[in-house]
Amino acid sequence: MTDKWNMIVDVERCNNCRACFLAVKDEHTGNEFPGYAAEQPAMGHNWLDIERKERGTYPIVDAHFMPVMCNHCDDAPCIKAAKNGAVRKRDDGIVIIDPIKSKGQKEIVDACPYGAVSWNEEKQIPQAWIFDAHLLDEGWEQTRAEQCCPTGVFRSLKVDDGEMQRLQKAESLEVLQPELGTRPRVYYKNLHLMTHCFVGGSVVTVRDGVEECAEGAAVVLTQNGNEIARATTDTFGEFKLDKLPANSGAYQIEVNGQASASFDLAEESIYLGVLKLA
Amino acid sequence: MKLAIIFWGIPQAMRLCARLFPKFAERLKERDVIAQFQLRDKPMGRWIQLQDGRLTTGSGIHHQPDFTIFFKNEKIAASFLTPPFDHLERIDAAKNFKLTMQGPDDLIVWFMHLLASMESYTWTIGTDVGNGITRYTNGTNGGPIFVYVKNGKILRTTPMDLDASDADSYTIRARGKEFRPPRKTTLAAHGQCQKSMVYSKNRILKPLKRVDFDPDGERNIQNRGKSEFVEISWEEALDIVSGEIKRCKRAGPGAIAVANGSHHQWGNLGHYLSAFNRFWNLIGVTKLMHSPDSWEGWFWGAQHHWGNSMRLGAAEPYGTVEDCLKEAELMVFWSSDPDATYGFEGTHRRQWAKELGIKMVHIDPYLNHTAAHLGGKWISPKPGTDTAFAQALTYVWITEDTYDKQFVEQRTTGFDEWKAHVLGEDDGVPKTPEWQEQETGIPARDCRALAREWASRKTYLGAGGWGCGLGGACRGPTGAQWARMMTILAAMQGIGKPGSNLGNLQFGAPVDMNFYFPGYAEGSMSGDLAYSANSTNNYQRMPHIVTMNSVKQVIPRMWLPEAIMGTPKLGYVTAVDSVVGQFFPIGYPSPGHVPVEMIYKYGSSSLGTQVDSNRWINMYQHENLKFVVNQSVWMEGETRFADVILPACTVFERWDLGEWYNVGPGYVHHMYSMNNHRVISLQHKCIEPLGESKSDYDIFLAIAERLDLGAVYSEGGNSELEWCRRAYESSDAAKDMSWRKFLKKGYYVVPPEPEGSRAPTGLRWFYEGRKKDVPEPYPLPSDFVEKYAEGLQTPSGKYEFVPTTLKRFEDPERPAVNKYLRTFENRENEPEIAAKYPLQLLTPHSRYPFHLMGDDEGCFLRDIREHRVKVGDHYYLTARLSREDADERNIQDDDLIRLWNDRGSVVCAAQVTDRLRPGVISAPTASAEYRPAGEPGKSTDLGGCVNILNPSKPITTKSHGIRPNTTLIQVEKWTGEDTWQPVEAA
Repeated sequence: MTDKWNMIVDVERCNNCRACFLAVKDEHTGNEFPGYAAEQPAMGHNWLDIERKERGTYPIVDAHFMPVMCNHCDDAPCIKAAKNGAVRKRDDGIVIIDPIKSKGQKEIVDACPYGAVSWNEEKQIPQAWIFDAHLLDEGWEQTRAEQCCPTGVFRSLKVDDGEMQRLQKAESLEVLQPELGTRPRVYYKNLHLMTHCFVGGSVVTVRDGVEECAEGAAVVLTQNGNEIARATTDTFGEFKLDKLPANSGAYQIEVNGQASASFDLAEESIYLGVLKLA
Repeated sequence: MKLAIIFWGIPQAMRLCARLFPKFAERLKERDVIAQFQLRDKPMGRWIQLQDGRLTTGSGIHHQPDFTIFFKNEKIAASFLTPPFDHLERIDAAKNFKLTMQGPDDLIVWFMHLLASMESYTWTIGTDVGNGITRYTNGTNGGPIFVYVKNGKILRTTPMDLDASDADSYTIRARGKEFRPPRKTTLAAHGQCQKSMVYSKNRILKPLKRVDFDPDGERNIQNRGKSEFVEISWEEALDIVSGEIKRCKRAGPGAIAVANGSHHQWGNLGHYLSAFNRFWNLIGVTKLMHSPDSWEGWFWGAQHHWGNSMRLGAAEPYGTVEDCLKEAELMVFWSSDPDATYGFEGTHRRQWAKELGIKMVHIDPYLNHTAAHLGGKWISPKPGTDTAFAQALTYVWITEDTYDKQFVEQRTTGFDEWKAHVLGEDDGVPKTPEWQEQETGIPARDCRALAREWASRKTYLGAGGWGCGLGGACRGPTGAQWARMMTILAAMQGIGKPGSNLGNLQFGAPVDMNFYFPGYAEGSMSGDLAYSANSTNNYQRMPHIVTMNSVKQVIPRMWLPEAIMGTPKLGYVTAVDSVVGQFFPIGYPSPGHVPVEMIYKYGSSSLGTQVDSNRWINMYQHENLKFVVNQSVWMEGETRFADVILPACTVFERWDLGEWYNVGPGYVHHMYSMNNHRVISLQHKCIEPLGESKSDYDIFLAIAERLDLGAVYSEGGNSELEWCRRAYESSDAAKDMSWRKFLKKGYYVVPPEPEGSRAPTGLRWFYEGRKKDVPEPYPLPSDFVEKYAEGLQTPSGKYEFVPTTLKRFEDPERPAVNKYLRTFENRENEPEIAAKYPLQLLTPHSRYPFHLMGDDEGCFLRDIREHRVKVGDHYYLTARLSREDADERNIQDDDLIRLWNDRGSVVCAAQVTDRLRPGVISAPTASAEYRPAGEPGKSTDLGGCVNILNPSKPITTKSHGIRPNTTLIQVEKWTGEDTWQPVEAA
C-alpha cells in the first residue's frame, strides 16, 4: 500500500493559542504557490479555524478548542461537485483545489459538508487548507501547524491506510461526522470534549452544624436502572461524569445512598448544584 | 605599524573594497568630501578626497579639507586606526580629547561610517535554503523566529527548530520520570503574526504633517486628532522637529517631554531604553516616571514584607521548576494565567505537572486560559475581594493549628499582631470562612476545604502571571492587599521548604544563569547609567560613552495629562534600589524648570493602555501643548493627535539583536529562565525599510546631525550593525560562536546547566537559615541588616507579617497590618455609582496582541474571534460577559454592546460565556484603534479602548500605581446612536 498523509488532532492539548491559525495565514497571505494555491485574501479567510466549546455552568465549567480545516476526504464531495477536474486527489491522499481550473466554481464551496472551503471573492475561486503540500513536496517533514504548535496538538504522519486504521483503533481516534461517509484523513483524539456532555455536582455534608465539602462520596449515574458510570467526589466534594451523548434522555444520580437527583440531558452539560447528604 | 603606513593603508583599503564590492563603490558617490587625518603635535597627516565616487589621496596637510580629525599624537592615532579596534581605547581617546574633530557633523558621521562599513561587505548574512530563499532570524516580544525572505519580501516566519548542531536541552528527573522540552522555540500569537504587522495597512510610510499646523503661524492645537495629514519630505519634517527642539530649549529646561510606552519591538538597540534614551539624554528632557506597570500590588505592597525591591516585590524564581515537579502535591494558581501573556514555554512544564498528577486549583473570577487548559478546581471570587478569601484561609490555619510554627517563630516577626487581626481581636471581626463568603461569594465550605488541603500537602502558590509575582489581581484597587496576602500565605506555610514556594512552573527553568548576554534593560549603547541597568554589566563589557540627562524634571506617566493641563498631581518615585525609595514624592513643575510645551511621543499606545484615556485627548488638544511629534511604525489611535508624524520601520527592516525574554537586571533578572532554552538571536535586517520609513536609530541620528550631535550620538559613525557587533562581542556567546558565524546562522543556543551545578531553589537558604545562595545580586549590599547575604531585605532581616517600613509611613490604604479594605467603587463606598453602574469591569492584558501590538488593521490577529469580531465592515473588540448578565440584557454572541460609565463609553462585540462569574465583564486592553463616534474624547469609542472606562486614581493614596480592575460600568445592546456625554459637560 502507498503511504499517505494523515493528520491527528488532539483536542485535549489545544489551548486556543492560535499559532496554527496564524501560521496558515502567514503561509498563504501575500504568497502564491502555483499549482497548489493562489494568494489568500489578507483578512477573513480562516482555512484552519478553531472551534470553541464551553461545557457546564458556573461554577463547574470547562472549555475546549478544536482546530478544523479541510479534511482531505478520500470520498470528497468537493471532487464530485467540481467541473473540469478542478479538485484532485493526489496519490499521497492530499486534496488540491486547482487555483486556475476552479475559477468561478462556487459549488465547490457549497459541496463541503464541513464548511472548510472558503470563497475568494476577488479571485472568484474556492480555497482550502492544502495540507502544506507545497512544503511537503519540498521535503518538509511536517506541516506548519505541527511545527508551530507549542502544546503538541498535531501529528502529521505519512503511513499506509492499514497502519492508519490500526492507529485509529489503538488511540480511539474519530473523524468528524463519520455518518457522511466522506472518509476524512484528519482524525481527532478526545473529540468527546467537543461533542459530548458531562454532569457535575457539589456534594456537601453538615458536621457539627457546619457545612463542609463531602470528600470521598460515591456517586453513581444510572439510566433506566442501569449503571452508566461512577465517581468519587474530590476534596471540594465535586464530581464530574463525562462522555454522555447529548440528548440522551433521563438519568439518575445517587450519592452514598444519602442524596439523589434526576435530570434530562439535552444539548448541553449539566451542573446539578449542591447535593446535601442526609 | 608606523602611522604613515596606516594612513596610507586607509585609502588603499577603500579602493580595494570599491573594486571588489560594487555596493561600496556606489556609496563613494553619495558625498563629495575632502577628509583629513592630522596629528596635533606635529605636522603630519593624510587627506582623502572623494569626488563623484573617485578617490584621490595625499600625504601631508591639505589646506582646505571639509573636515579634519585630529589625534593628540602618533601613538594614539595608530591605536585608533589599527584593527581589530579596541573600543575602550577609542572612547577613551574621544572623551578625553585625545581625538577631536573639526568640520560638519553629518559629513564626519557619514565618512566614519563609510570606513567602518568596509568589513561588512565580506560577511555572509543569513542561510541560503535554496529556491532563492534566505532564512534570516529575528526576535519578537513573543519569541525568536526564522524569517524566510525571497526577492526582498518576507515569505514566512516560523518558530525555530533546534538542530543537532545546537546545544542540548535540559533533563529534569522527577518521581521516576524524565522530562525534556521539545527541541524548538514556541511563539505567542503576537510573535506568529509579525509578517502581517510588517505589511499592515496601518503602516506609516512617509513623514506627515497635520494640514492645519504651521510652526511659524497658526498651530490649531484644538484640531489635533481631527484634522487630516499631508505627506512632507524628511527634510521638512526634520527641520520642523529640530527647529521646535531648539525653540523649546531656549524656553528653558524641561520644556520638552518625551513619552514612550512600556514596551517596544524586541531587541537591545532599538529599544526605548537604548537608542531613544541615548538621544534624549543628549538633548535634556522631562522624562516620564513609569509606575511599575503590571507589578502594582507587588511593588507598592508585597515588598514591604520581604524586600525583593529589585524584583519589584516579586519572589526569587530560582530552582522552582525542578522543586515543584519533584516535590509539590498541590498547585494553587491565584490570579495566575501564564498561558495568556508570555508564550508557551511554561505550558510544557505544566503539562508535565499534570502528567505527574499534581492537583490544581485556580482562583480567578474568570476561568482563565491556563485553568481551562489544565483543569482542576475553579474558585471564582468577586473581583477585588481575594484578600478576604486569603485572610479566611489563614483563619482556618490559625484556628486548626496547621501553619508552619517553626518557620513563623524563627524566620518572621509580627505574627502575634497579625494573628490577633485575623481572629478579630483588634476589630471585633474574626476573618472566618463564613465572613469571607459575604464578601467574595465563595462558599465557606470551599474555603475550609482549600485551607485544609493546602496545609496538608506540599503546595506551590502560583501568584500572578509568573507565579512569583506580576499581573492579575495586583492590578486593582485592592492589589496591594492581595499581593501582601500572597506573601503572608507563603510565609505561614514555610516558604522555601521543599515543595512549598511561590511559582507556577512559568519561571525558574534549569538554564545557565551565569552565562552573560545583555538584556534589553541594560540599555545597550544608551550610555544611561542612571535610568537603565547599564552599569551592572553592560558598561564594563561594552565600553561606550556615558550619557546623562541634565533636566531633572519628571512627571508620573499616569498623570501626564494633568501636568500638561495645569493641574499636576504628586507622584512617588519608582525606586527599585531600596524598599523605602517609593515613599519619595515628586512634583511638577520642578524648581528652576519650565512647564512642558512639547511632547515627543514614541509609539502610540496611550489611548489603549492608559487609564481614563479621554484625559489624553483633552491633553493633546490643550493650548499649553504647543507641539507634538509622534514617531511610530503604525497609524494607531493616538498617532493622529500629533502635529508631525515620523515613520519608523519594524525590527525586520533594521539591525538589532537580543536574547529571548532576557530583560536583564533591574527588574526581572534571569527572566530568560521562563524558557526551556536560552536562545540568542541576531535580528537580521531581513528586508529594506518599507516606503520612506527609517529605523529609530537613524531617525534620532538625523535629528542629532541637525544639532551637531551626530558624531556624539553615533559615537563617531557607528551604524546599528556595528553596535550589534559590539554588543555581541561583549557577551559570553562570542567566546563560543564567532561574529561571522553568528551573522550567517543568526542564533546561538546556550548550553543548559548541568544537573550538579543548577541554581539552588529560591528562599531555601532562608528557610534553612543559611546565607543567601541564589545567583541574583539583590538586594544591594547595604540593604542587608548586619552581615552580607544574611536575611531578607527588611529592617529585621526576617519576613515581617506587619512591615516596619509601612509602620514608618502613613498611607490610608496601606495599613501596616494588612487589613481587608473593600474596593472603592462598590455599593458600600460609592453607592451612587453602584446604583447606576452595577457590573464590575476587568481589563486584563490580551493574550493575542502584545498590549496592543498586532492589533492594527490588516494584522492576522483581528480574525481571532476571541480578540475581535467583524460586524458589518468593522472589527470590534471582544468583551466577555456571563450568560446571566447577557440574558438579562437580551445579549447574544457577537451582538454589539456598549460599555459605559461617567468616564466614557466603548462599543465591543459580546462573547457570552459561562467562564465568568455573573456581575463581571472582562475586556482586554488590546485596542490599537481609537474610533470616536463623534467628537474625540467626548463620545463613544467604537475602536475598543476600554481603558477609557478605568479611573485615574492611584492604587493607594501615596503611590502612582494604576488600579484598573473592578471599575463599575453598565452594559446594553448598542443602538448605533451615540447618546453618551462626559459627565462634567452634561
